[in-house]
Amino acid sequence: MTLELVLQCIGAVFLLGGSFFCIVGGIGLVRLPTFYTRCHAAGVTDSAGAAGVLVGLAFVSTPLVAFKLVTVLAFVWLTSVASTHALVKAAHARGVRVMNTPRLDWTIPPPAPDDGEVDPSTPPSDLGPHLSGEEA
Amino acid sequence: MEEAITIALFALLLVMAMVIGRERNLFSAAMLTGIFSLISAGLFTALDAVDVAFTEAAVGAGISTVLILATLALTDHHEAHDRLHPSKVNWKAVGVVTLTGVALLYGTVDMPAFGVADAPIHEGVAKHYIDHSFEEIGIPNVVTAVLASYRGYDTFGELGVIFVAGLGVALLLGAGAPSITSEHPHLPQKSRAPYVREMPVVRVVTKALLPFILLFALYVQAHGDFGPGGGFQAGVIFAAGLVLYGLVWGPTALERFARHRIVERATAIGLLLYGGVGVATMAVGGNFLEYGVLTPEHPQHGQHYGIFLVELGVGITVSAVMLVIYYVFAARNVSPTRSSAPVTLPPPPMSEDAS
Amino acid sequence: MIANLWHYGLVVVLMMTGLYIVIAKRNYVKKMMGLAIFQTSVIMLYVTMGKVTGGTPPIFVQNDDGTLTEGIVYSNPLPMVLMLTAIVVGVATMAVGLALVVRIKEAYGTVEDDLVTELNREDEARRHLSAAAQPIKESKS
Repeated sequence: MTLELVLQCIGAVFLLGGSFFCIVGGIGLVRLPTFYTRCHAAGVTDSAGAAGVLVGLAFVSTPLVAFKLVTVLAFVWLTSVASTHALVKAAHARGVRVMNTPRLDWTIPPPAPDDGEVDPSTPPSDLGPHLSGEEA
Repeated sequence: MEEAITIALFALLLVMAMVIGRERNLFSAAMLTGIFSLISAGLFTALDAVDVAFTEAAVGAGISTVLILATLALTDHHEAHDRLHPSKVNWKAVGVVTLTGVALLYGTVDMPAFGVADAPIHEGVAKHYIDHSFEEIGIPNVVTAVLASYRGYDTFGELGVIFVAGLGVALLLGAGAPSITSEHPHLPQKSRAPYVREMPVVRVVTKALLPFILLFALYVQAHGDFGPGGGFQAGVIFAAGLVLYGLVWGPTALERFARHRIVERATAIGLLLYGGVGVATMAVGGNFLEYGVLTPEHPQHGQHYGIFLVELGVGITVSAVMLVIYYVFAARNVSPTRSSAPVTLPPPPMSEDAS
Repeated sequence: MIANLWHYGLVVVLMMTGLYIVIAKRNYVKKMMGLAIFQTSVIMLYVTMGKVTGGTPPIFVQNDDGTLTEGIVYSNPLPMVLMLTAIVVGVATMAVGLALVVRIKEAYGTVEDDLVTELNREDEARRHLSAAAQPIKESKS
């Protein structure tokens, strides 16, 4: 078991883990119900997926290239997390609702827009009758 | 195996192009165009064109997306429904496009196969560049050597085109946009757009990243001889860093740092620098842009100086043009003389006496 | 033949998708996006022509003493050089096109192709009417 073989095995494990997180993020981007949960899926790709792939590549390359890859990872973490935050903040400011109104009980009518009363069957939305999460 | 990556990226590009066509929400389409450019940058890397990939990533995924978003902020957000063709497909256009596609495919039948080393394109001038450019010019990056020295005239013309495009955008949209700091000196020094106070994360991260972005632009400018890089990429990255600052703090704040008048002058200064190097070589006795005559005892050193100055001119003009375009688009929104209501057509001059 | 020329087929399909968006879509901003796709596909055509299988990017690999390492196959640098400037020129011309779209929106109030054509036609008809009304005035005075 030479050192090179051990490094390549560790690198392969990280690469596979990173690819797994990228696939999970991709599936989540398509299948999750609301806007904010989809943002979380994109964030998983940017943080865990990028980390896995870049660290895995760093293990199989020369020390200078490994250092550059770790620097790239630091910048990717800084920028992509900030941009995901900016996206979510912009959506929140525009009025995208955090949760959709659950239509679990069809006998309860949907809330009227300007009642002034709180309907206990629907969750309180903090931003009012704007877009719900899935239309964004 | 590397062809599998190329085919996969190509297929992804095709899917994205079709989705861009179908997407009615123009913001989504703008984001998809940015993603399209980024995937094509990946494809260029897989095809060994690293300089092209660098430029495409900086330009397509950066500046171009910001431009489309700025245009969408000034026009509609949604594509209206097609009233003449209520079914989504325009069959006449499909016919024209199919005919053109078939004709193009017929034209490619006797072209050389993918990746063969003895295709006609690899002989002739390209062979000379690869075989002799290290002796004649002496820099490792063949693309920079060809761009700045062997094909210097082409690059000069392209720089002129970029300058004229910046001029065109400034003439089209810049007429009513005053230079904000010079004409409104009473604005307080630390005035910000009010929403910026509520974005602490974006503010801090932008402030932390901005020096690295600008430093990276200077690095790319200087390092174009040894790796992928050069004036075009450096100019675009520099402008993108400043545009990032302008997007967070507003064009007013950016203008205090990079004054509109100075940026306008800079678009011409870069072009003049490039032409000036050519005139200098003519003054010393050689041809236009023949850098070797600058240091007659060592033509290679003359080439290095010439390439450095020429790439500097390219970087200055490209970054200044991108900044001018951003300023002009941003000020169109801010300037109070413009309203976003549709302008009615002026009544035509009818004859006064109706008798 | 397909095994040798598949990249041309893919590039042509991409080109035609961009061309279809430019021709058939009504919104001017959407047309500009189609133009961007078309430009990228043309760049792709040149870059795929320059690729050499088993090659490496055209940056000379040097030995420790500064001489060139022998026997390395480089991809063709010439198409890359032409396409590098083409990309930046493409974004500059796209900026001009988008500036024109903004001006069209301000002048006509819309960026849909059919509405702009209609408004243009009405404007021209009105000008024809006013021009036809002029000679009567001049012959009287």
